[in-house]
Amino acid sequence: MRKVIHRKLSRNFLRLSLIVLLAFTSSLSAQEGDAAKGKSLFNANCAACHQLDKKMTGPALRHVETRLADAEGLDRDWLHSWIRNSSGMIKSGDSYANKVYNEYGGAAMTAFPQLSDEDINNILAYTAEEKKAAPVPAAGVGPAAAAGASDGISNELILGALAILFMLLAIGLYLVNKTLRRFADAQNIELDTETGGTPLWKAFLQNQFLMIVVTIFFLLTSAYFAFGYMMQVGVDQGYQPVQPIHFSHKIHAGDNGIDCKYCHSSARVSKTSGIPSLNVCMNCHKSVYEYNGETTAEHSKEFYDGEIQKLYKAAGWSDADQKYTGESSPVKWVRIHNLPDFAYFNHSQHVTVAGVECQTCHGPVQEMEVVYQHAPLTMGWCVNCHRDTDVDVKDNAYYEKIHAELSKKYGVETLTAAEMGGLECGKCHY
Amino acid sequence: MRITFEQKNNISLQMKSLIKILVVAVVFVAVSCNKSTAPNYQFMPNMYESVGYETYGEAAFKDGLEAQLPAEGSVARGHIPFDIENSTEGYALAKETVMSPLDSTQVDLNRGKELYDIYCGICHGGKGDGQGNLVKREKILGIPSYDDAGRAITAGSIYHTIYYGKNAMGSYANQLQEEERWQVVSYVLQLKADLEN
Repeated sequence: MRKVIHRKLSRNFLRLSLIVLLAFTSSLSAQEGDAAKGKSLFNANCAACHQLDKKMTGPALRHVETRLADAEGLDRDWLHSWIRNSSGMIKSGDSYANKVYNEYGGAAMTAFPQLSDEDINNILAYTAEEKKAAPVPAAGVGPAAAAGASDGISNELILGALAILFMLLAIGLYLVNKTLRRFADAQNIELDTETGGTPLWKAFLQNQFLMIVVTIFFLLTSAYFAFGYMMQVGVDQGYQPVQPIHFSHKIHAGDNGIDCKYCHSSARVSKTSGIPSLNVCMNCHKSVYEYNGETTAEHSKEFYDGEIQKLYKAAGWSDADQKYTGESSPVKWVRIHNLPDFAYFNHSQHVTVAGVECQTCHGPVQEMEVVYQHAPLTMGWCVNCHRDTDVDVKDNAYYEKIHAELSKKYGVETLTAAEMGGLECGKCHY
Repeated sequence: MRITFEQKNNISLQMKSLIKILVVAVVFVAVSCNKSTAPNYQFMPNMYESVGYETYGEAAFKDGLEAQLPAEGSVARGHIPFDIENSTEGYALAKETVMSPLDSTQVDLNRGKELYDIYCGICHGGKGDGQGNLVKREKILGIPSYDDAGRAITAGSIYHTIYYGKNAMGSYANQLQEEERWQVVSYVLQLKADLEN
């Protein structure tokens, strides 16, 4: 019996000490907070409206706790109740709560009742961290840039060396020729410049058969080249103009995987695949104010950041105040793909009805740093595609009736665009 | 005499080679001048360039743009104006009062998903959990999940947010038409229900 009591006692003591220990540790962490956990909580809950060092929808939050304590005499409890229920505090008439609310144009902060005390302390620990020094730019960019530059130099060096070599060769030959002539002169050897008989060109002129063959050959070649030249008049394949703002489709559509139709939304519903108005750019670039991706020697981070500033200027967005100034200026984009006025082309017909991928005609735009015209956009090119492409009629209400009729008429199951009338003149020219 | 004749011959030879060199140089220059930053020549430009205004082109309006805003107060055919204003109060009002005009037969979740994946999924994620591609790549942070208790979104609040934007999110009123917006709203509510289960 005694033994059992003793054991119980010791167990109770152990439990008690464990509780004391737990209470102590938890109160310790409540004061300090875990900045690493705070960072993930901050990114998930707060970062939509707050950044550490930059005003966004809400104020910048680095050292928010010390700032409030020093300037307003508000403690951590105030922050806790603000985060959990900001609108309640505004209604209760708290002076600083109302001040912040009005300063930010009456944008109410979302309530976070689900955040525990510990969560909020972790977040505050994250905001209390000192700002990290900017990473040394030379570390990442240096070697790559140097390699790129040396590549360009080596190419130029090789070309230059070759040019000098050829020049030396030409001078050498000329000198050899000259000395040989001088030798011949000195030794009184008559140079055999004038050959006896008719010269070659005279003989050539006298041979009528050869003349006819050469003339025919000459006419055919010039016709070939003239035809080739005239066929490319008005064809802008490869046209790659410089745009007023360097918009990289490679970064937006390629790296970030943004759908083409996010920006070119009217391609779904209208004849024209729209150039996005600047508010579509600002949907993301309100938050994305700098570029942090891969850079090259030609396109550095500073270059891309400068292009974003150009966008802000055109849209009239003040990044410091997080407000539109109202002074906007339209961007004069240079049109690349332009069909002649006598040809009708409708984007929605191809994108929405036929379900053709944008890349079928526009090429791998998601890999283009600067967009160029991929396809020739000639009539032959259109017609070839209409002849070859089987229309995907499955589950497409647009085609139900015509497919039933035409498959009976032609006796085939699959139909090309041409068989549906895609070659009729009046479909595109009227 | 002989020497002068030879010199003459020499000069004419040199002239010939000079002409050859010139021809080669001209060809080189002609080829290298073929720039891709300028458009090609057109045959009969009158037939290529529209006399009427081209979409997004320049026009003889006050600001020189072809793309003009509709006259103030006008309502396009088939469009119903959204009366609730763009403010915190408007958001609260829409959250409580606005309902979807689509009945159960008009809701097309496939189309809703298609549009959602183009316009919303890039940030909000395919499942609506706030883990879109831009969030994963840390370009845009803090996208809430649709089942966020503090926000408790409803059909009206979703529509208001698509129409006007909210906080860092911009308006999508010009990318989605009215009926399309409601299809997206239906799909978002579906995602929210899936997340809560």
